[in-house]
This record gives sequence, C-alpha cells and structure tokens, in this order.
Amino acid sequence: MASIGLVRKTFRLRTVFLTTLYADILFSEHYCDKRYNNLSIMVERFLFQSYDMSKYLIKKIFTLGLLLFLVSWVVFAVLFVLPGDPAQIILGINATPETLANLRSELGLDKPFWTQYVDWISRTLSGAGSQSIHYDVPVFDLILSRLAVTGPLAFIAMIIAVVISLPLGIFAARHQNKTGDISVMTFTQMGLATPEFWLGILLILFFSVKLGLFPAGGFPGWLANFWGSFKSLLLPAFALGVVRAAILTRVTRSSVLDVLQEDYIRTARAKGLRERTVLYVHALKNALIPVLTILGLQMGQLLAGAIIIENVFYLPGLGRLVFQAIGQRDLPVVREIVLFMAAAVVIVHFFVDLAYAVVDPRIRLKR
Amino acid sequence: MNKHLKNINFRCGLVLTAVVVLAAAVSFFWTPYDANRMDPGHRLEAPSFYHLLGTDQYGRDILSRVMVGAVNSIFVGLATVVIGMVAGVVLGLIAAYIGKWADESIMRLSDLLFGFPAVLTAILISAIWGPSISNVMVAIGIFYIPVFTRLTRAVALGIWGREFIEAARASGASEWAITFRHVLPNLLSPLIIQATIQFAVAVLAEAGLSYLGLGTQPPHASWGRMLYEAQTFMEISPWMCIFPGLAIAWTVLGFNLLGDGIRDNLDPYML
Repeated sequence: MASIGLVRKTFRLRTVFLTTLYADILFSEHYCDKRYNNLSIMVERFLFQSYDMSKYLIKKIFTLGLLLFLVSWVVFAVLFVLPGDPAQIILGINATPETLANLRSELGLDKPFWTQYVDWISRTLSGAGSQSIHYDVPVFDLILSRLAVTGPLAFIAMIIAVVISLPLGIFAARHQNKTGDISVMTFTQMGLATPEFWLGILLILFFSVKLGLFPAGGFPGWLANFWGSFKSLLLPAFALGVVRAAILTRVTRSSVLDVLQEDYIRTARAKGLRERTVLYVHALKNALIPVLTILGLQMGQLLAGAIIIENVFYLPGLGRLVFQAIGQRDLPVVREIVLFMAAAVVIVHFFVDLAYAVVDPRIRLKR
Repeated sequence: MNKHLKNINFRCGLVLTAVVVLAAAVSFFWTPYDANRMDPGHRLEAPSFYHLLGTDQYGRDILSRVMVGAVNSIFVGLATVVIGMVAGVVLGLIAAYIGKWADESIMRLSDLLFGFPAVLTAILISAIWGPSISNVMVAIGIFYIPVFTRLTRAVALGIWGREFIEAARASGASEWAITFRHVLPNLLSPLIIQATIQFAVAVLAEAGLSYLGLGTQPPHASWGRMLYEAQTFMEISPWMCIFPGLAIAWTVLGFNLLGDGIRDNLDPYML
C-alpha cells in the first residue's frame, strides 16, 4: 500500500514523538478500511454499539443496586448480633432499668429488626446519618475528617507504587529472561513476601529512630502543620506503596509481554519503526489497560485496608477509627464505616467493569 | 520428582519451606529454652551465644518463640486452606454442574464476599466471638471460599465439556462416578497451586491480625504479636523487630516460590 510507504518515509524523516503518533493514526489500516468511509455504516455502528452499551449499563446498574442493598443488609445484620447493648454503653453500668428502657426506645432499639434496618438506611440515604456514641458528633463528619488522612495516604501510596512499578515492569519485559528481568522478579517476590506492617516498623527503625528524618508516628493535622502532616504520611505510604508496587510490576511486565506478541506490533516493526517507538507509542497504550484495572482495585482496597499500617504509625485514619470504634462498641460509627468501605469496593469494581466494557466489546455482548 | 527439581523456583521454595516445617516440627520436642519461660535477669538482651536471636522484654528466648510461632503459622495456613478449599470445591462443582440459577446465585454471592474488606470482617468476627486464633482461621477461611469456588467452577466447566466425559457417560458411568473419578483428579493440579499461594497469604493475614491483637493470644507465641510487642522496645532493642518479620517473609517467600515452581512444572500455560 502506498500509504505505508509514505508513513515509512515520514518516520525516517521525523522522529518526533507526536508526529509519529499522528501519522500512525492517519494511515493505519484501520482508517483505510473502506467501510469506515461510508457514513451511514459508521452511524449504524455507533448506534449499535451504544445500544449494546446502554443495555449493558442498565444491567450493571441494576446489579450494582442489588449488591449495595445486599451489602448494607449484611452489614446491618452482622452488627445487629454484635454483643453489647448501646444504651448500656452510653449510660454506663450504674444506669437504672427505667433510664435504660427510655434510652432504648429513644434510639429505636426496641423496634423489630426490619424497622430498625429501614430507619437506618433511610436516615443514611437522606444524608442525616447517625450520631457517634463515643465522640458525640455526626458519624458523617467523623468519616470526612478521618478520610482527610486515609485518602491522601492511599493516594501517595499509589503514586509511589506507580513510580516504582511502571519503569521496572517495562524494563523487565524488554529484557525478558535476562539478568535484569530476573533481578526485578526477585525484587517483586521479596515485595510480595514482606508484611507491610513489618516494612513500616523497619522504616520507623531506620528513618525515625536511627536517622531522625521522619516522625515515628502520629499526625499533626493538615491545618496545624501541613508540611509535618505530609512528612508523617510518607513512611506509611512508602510501606503500602512498595508492597503494591511488587504486584503492579508483575502485572505490567506480563501485560507488556502479552501486547508485544500481538500482530499489530509485528506490523509496526515491519514498517521499520524503532523499537522504542514500538514500545512506548504502540504497545504501552494497550498494555496499560490491565495495569489501570489493578490500580483502581488497589485504590479501593487501600481505603479499607490501611487499618494495620494506620495502627503501626498511629495515624488517625478511617481504619484506626473503625478499629477503635469496634473496641468501644460505638455501633453507629462501625456500621456506617463498614458500609462506606464495602460500598467503596463494590463501586470501584463497578467502574472497573464499565471501563473494561468500553475497551472490549466482547464483554458487553456476552450473555 | 527429577523434573520438578530442575525448576529453580521450586528448588528455592522447597528449601525455604522445608526449613520452616523442620523448625516447627523440632519445636514440638526441643527448643533452646522454654518459649514461655520468663527470665527477668536477662531482659532485652542482644543476640549472643546463649540467646542466638536475643531475648524479649520478659527475658524470653526469641529463637524459641520464633520456632513455636512457626507451628502457629503453619497451622493457620493449613486450616484456612482446608476451610476454603472444601467449601469452594463443593460450591464450584455445584455451580458448574447445575449451571443457570445455581451458577448465577453462587457467583453473585462470591462477588458479594469479594466486596467485603477482609481485615475489617476479621475484626468484626473477633468483636462478636472474641479474639482467638480459631476465629482468625474462620475469618481468613471464609474469604478463601470464593477464590476456590471460582477456580473450581472455571476448570470444571472445561472438563465437563471434554470428550472423555462423554465417553464415560456413554459407557454407563453415573454422574457421581464421573465427578469423583474424572473431574476431581483433573482439578487437582490447579487446586494445589492455588492452595500453596493461599497458604502464603494466610500466613501474612494471620501475622497482620495478630499484630492488631485479634489472633493468637498471649502468652502464646505468634510472629505478628511478637512484632507488636517489639515496636514498644524498638529504640532499646531493635533486633526484636527484625527476626519475627524475617520469619514471616521467609515463610511467605518459600510458599510463593513453591507455588510458582509447581505451576511452571504442571501447567506452563496457566496465568
């Protein structure tokens, strides 16, 4: 084809990144396809695809709603059987039976299970929420203030993970089965085997106790001391990030290796592109899809799964809050946070599924 | 066996896990000191000839406690994998065999379970039934059920569609006989691979939960709990935080490598 010859000449003359990308899109076989020049077929295709997509979307949203309902029900049911009478906890052990009974009816604890569930879910959905027993503030405010610690922690951890894993994964894939690859894979095995809380302890031992560079724990608060707060998040984020980087590196490596086997990569190489262009312009775009998926899932998990590391560093995050609330039998706090965490994971899964369906038509056409 | 030993992952994994299992087995008969014996005269001692890994805040020998901790970790790993595998294989086979509504409901339920944060659920379970090692096993084991269900279902679906199942059916074998004689044996190798990896994850999870104080209760030795206690004395005796963590990493690395090695040998095309 004449166009391919033209592209080759273009590539030989110019090696600028963007130019190659543009020329590639312009002259690729995809766009040379006659059918795409026919407007009516293009419109038809678009409509057909969006029809599939909306059908898929409706199905998925329905499932999401059902899952969220089930999650909320399970959370409520599990905490319903939790031993410990909230009224007793609020009033202490010296309370008389009458005051206890009064408080119970005030809190709605004497109503049947389903009434309590409906009360709770409608209060949560309307945004009113419940009151924390221990802290005596709305649970919603409590979650927001703790999310200000856990959110940035998870975000910094994921940035650290990406910065470590992408170059390593690509490097390992380029040097498959050579010394470089084997040493990267050894690193990932170590990362997978290291408990993140132990890594946290070791980091404290080295950077806080020995070198005195970072605080050993605690959190001064964003408004009181921004730089200090940021510094106190760095070590825990690093501990979380390195462990996740181990997984991400493996995913990146195998994904890049998979894509490099594809036909279109062979075509790109046959066109005479340099290996670097093939890798970074053609292969990487597609190879990053599974990496992004895992990244999204890890982010969702981190919001819920930072409990242990928050305890290691005494960070007032969401995980530590729920851990302490369970100990204090602060039922409203536990219930709402568990619901929040479980819902976060379910919703992240939902978006990951959607992203996959957008990328891969086979998924939305299935069943 | 010779074929297996050629694989470097398998060899390394075998050596690492053998050391752990051996240490655990020996600790039943002999440890350098009694793991729970306190010795106030030798508190927080650095590693020496008498205490190879040093002593903790009560003067207990850390090497002895690490050895006893190995028993604990292996026990948790085995129990959780058995819980997850038995329930998961049964559910997976049902989902694959009946299909339709059974398949759909079992798979949605396992989605639901995946949605729950594992650590959080373990904390909840210990809040309901009290903190103990058996509750930790149940908590981790529950989360293994969907893992084994999905695996079993996927592999079993493939096996049931194969010609030799048709042939067995044509020669008059009952559905039970087909399941036990033809489907289950073919499930074995993916299950073994998965079990090895889940074993490693369980060791990590138990350490984390014991660190939070939900697993093994004092004075019994657990690697996670030892790390928690060590954190208090980090500035005076840093070695206390080194060895239990090293033991965890060693064990997990061993089982991960073993799993990778078995996978390379049995099924090079599996993910």
